[in-house]
Amino acid sequence: MRVARLESEIDFNGWRLAARALRAEGVAPEAVVWTVQRELFGEDLFPPPCGGGGSAKLVGGVSPSQDSSNPTRPLRGHPPHEGEGKSFSVPKAFVDLAETVILHRSPERLALLYRILHRLERQPRLLDNPADADVAKARDMAKGVGRAIHKMHAFVRFRLVEDVTPETYVAWFEPAHRVTEAAAPFFARRFANMNWSILTPDACVHWDGSLLTMSPGADPADAPSQDAQEEMWRTYYASIFNPARLNPAMMKQEMPKRYWRNLPEAALIPELIEKAQSRTETMVAAQPTKPSDRVLKAALKHARDGSFGESNLVNLEEVAAGIQVCRRCDLWRDATQGVPGLGPAKAALMIVGEQPGDQEDLRGVPFVGPAGQLLDRAMAEAGVDRGRVFVTNAVKHFKHEPRGKRRLHKTPDRGEVQACRWWLDAERRLVRPKVILALGATAVQAVFGKALPIGKTRGQRQVLDGDAQGLVSWHPSFMLRIPDPEAKDRAYAELVADLRLAWKLAG
Amino acid sequence: MAILDLKHKLAILSDAAKYDASCASSGAEKRDSLGGKGVGSTEGMGICHAYAPDGRCISLLKILLTNFCIYDCAYCVNRVSSNVQRARFSVREVVDLTLNFYKRNYIEGLFLSSGVIRTGDYTMEEMVRVARSLRLDHDFRGYIHLKLIPEASPELAAEAGLYADRVSINVELPADESLAVLAPEKDAAGIKRAMGRMRLRIEDHAEPARKTGRRKFATGQSTQLIVGADAAKDGDILARSAALYGSYQLKRVYYSAFSPIPDGSARLPLSRPPLVREHRLYQADWLMRFYGFGQGEIVAPGQDLDLAVDPKTAWALRHRGDFPVDVNTADRETLLRTPGLGARGVDRILQARTQTRLTLDDVKRVCGSVKRAKPFIVTADWTPGAAVDSDDLRASLVAPQQLSLF
Repeated sequence: MRVARLESEIDFNGWRLAARALRAEGVAPEAVVWTVQRELFGEDLFPPPCGGGGSAKLVGGVSPSQDSSNPTRPLRGHPPHEGEGKSFSVPKAFVDLAETVILHRSPERLALLYRILHRLERQPRLLDNPADADVAKARDMAKGVGRAIHKMHAFVRFRLVEDVTPETYVAWFEPAHRVTEAAAPFFARRFANMNWSILTPDACVHWDGSLLTMSPGADPADAPSQDAQEEMWRTYYASIFNPARLNPAMMKQEMPKRYWRNLPEAALIPELIEKAQSRTETMVAAQPTKPSDRVLKAALKHARDGSFGESNLVNLEEVAAGIQVCRRCDLWRDATQGVPGLGPAKAALMIVGEQPGDQEDLRGVPFVGPAGQLLDRAMAEAGVDRGRVFVTNAVKHFKHEPRGKRRLHKTPDRGEVQACRWWLDAERRLVRPKVILALGATAVQAVFGKALPIGKTRGQRQVLDGDAQGLVSWHPSFMLRIPDPEAKDRAYAELVADLRLAWKLAG
Repeated sequence: MAILDLKHKLAILSDAAKYDASCASSGAEKRDSLGGKGVGSTEGMGICHAYAPDGRCISLLKILLTNFCIYDCAYCVNRVSSNVQRARFSVREVVDLTLNFYKRNYIEGLFLSSGVIRTGDYTMEEMVRVARSLRLDHDFRGYIHLKLIPEASPELAAEAGLYADRVSINVELPADESLAVLAPEKDAAGIKRAMGRMRLRIEDHAEPARKTGRRKFATGQSTQLIVGADAAKDGDILARSAALYGSYQLKRVYYSAFSPIPDGSARLPLSRPPLVREHRLYQADWLMRFYGFGQGEIVAPGQDLDLAVDPKTAWALRHRGDFPVDVNTADRETLLRTPGLGARGVDRILQARTQTRLTLDDVKRVCGSVKRAKPFIVTADWTPGAAVDSDDLRASLVAPQQLSLF
């Protein structure tokens, strides 16, 4: 039987040295007794360094900007001492796991870790099997420790020390595992410019604005007994609780009773639970209030259909406003807004696209997304001044399908194009352009009331009602979709040529 | 009117804020107060500093600046026609409360909302003043969530985004038509436009500033839908969520089962939704976001979710032909669709099976339980046989008791 002795319950370095030597010697896990400090018996394998215990000591190497886990990994790559037998390395994951597990209060933890270390010799990938009983147990312990750290971050309640400058706060806390040191850097990062101490039965941690120091465990009487803000906090706690949703089991699962005695708000819990039922019943039994006439009137006004049946629109502002309340088809529902045409009210050239896309829908402006940028480029190449062109779409709302965090474009159907033609016709009537250039099949359908093959008809003037001439061309988004670079360049060149022709005809 | 002391105001204005389900303090940019002048840090995952007896997390000081409101939204406790007691905080009072609570480690930060007083701009300006004072006067580096008033000017919304980690605008009702009836002064289209503008601003600031390496703007926005105040079915609600996630890149959609309020309105339905309905909606929302389910696969518009079983189990019961699934060979996507296997459990199964052929006990160890999964999986030592086709399967999976409000 071998006895391995640690300096303290969380002496990871001591455990590491002992475990390394034991495994190098091939000592079986069953043959080791793990013990801490004074419980000394049997042979003294690892004498502790002198001077430990008692006085406050610096937390070596723990800077608050680092995570609570110590960044040093001496198990691996440590030069073997002579006579220690063959050196070995272990997965980094094991060191991380062991550093956490040692903080668990279970007396079995030290033996369990050594058993895993021992098994790693034959099964170097042991940790990759989360279903193994030892690994699962260690993982459970690590989870418990992680949870204890998290709960300490959550449930420490500082109290102001009265009549002390600079402002100083002290908390008494009882962590579920030996996590005070591991949990401390979080508080230093969060309350960097405050003086504070956290006292626990295991150990105490202090911050003076620049340095974390540790001292031995303390007594609840060492912390202030009250703080004036606790009355405000209790008021908040009681008020934010919704008695109609009483669920104490859920509360206890997340805020276990073991923490309650150090939580100022927990004293209220029994009464809040007891009265919840009657408070809810009172709310439900109370006669509901009648809404005011003003409100009912407003409701009626808003509930009316915004389809703008036959009313005659007299300017583009009315068209833009009408599009926002249009219910002629269902596309408004999932769109952000209707996107009306944009350009001078008396533009000689009108360009009609298909529908707004993602960016147009968010910005409320036509042709500002990827296709719009391509159109801008083509217009510049064709010598067309966008500022003098009225740019609009056949359909004013973005038709799309949600796919995770994206919206996929969907082509509007005939009914939607037909419903929205009402707005396009209004824009045509008010702008009275000399030339209308329709881009893509949807725009062609909306402008000419019929389908035209773009490849065959582009470059030819089409007759339109009134004085306007019609032209057709490719939609820029078509160029963004075709994979063949040659076809893409050809379509783009044709679009530029069509823009040039339209601009010339518009004079 | 009597002058209320601060404690009384806090009671009124936190009571008035509790119907907003949002509590998250996660997802902020990592920062701390080292080298600063004040207090505060955010480390990615938010912390729940307490739990109320309703089981809900208390992470932020969630309050209204005021519960005076010119609007009359039927579902809201603060509507103008409600007879609740009114109060209003000064900017200074909110700032001091936040810092006092924060320094005692009660909270992660502030969640500030408000009734609309005078105008949307006036109200928003007051809320922005609180955030500005916390950030600029006190160098507060904790979490701030600001509710945006949709009709406030885009400039004010943009300034709110400079100080807040998260902003939100509540869509409230799944159908715009219901909003027009129950909240006639609210403008559904205006809400969508404001969310669209906010998405663009968040994306504009997605890159950290070159000088400081920090993002100078809110990192996300969220919204809330009230469940059960109108006739919308779960399928409609989830379709709306899917559209909102896609359109505005929301971090979260919160579902809030309509809850009885003091002085309720006569325009609301008499029956309250069971709490389990809200729970099922969250499960369905998770399936859409983390489990690869399309909204249409979970429940069709016009239909409700099955309250008796979770939506993944309900899906599996409709697709029994796809089961049982062999946990030792199935791909990740298939495992994620198996009832009882969570995302983390699936990752562990995939990891473990590179080492061993998993038994039922192994699956139990990595997933915590196999009760739900058992009829749907095959392991090295287990096959459900005809169980997956059994007529009683659904009955055997139904939770023995349901949560209910009454």
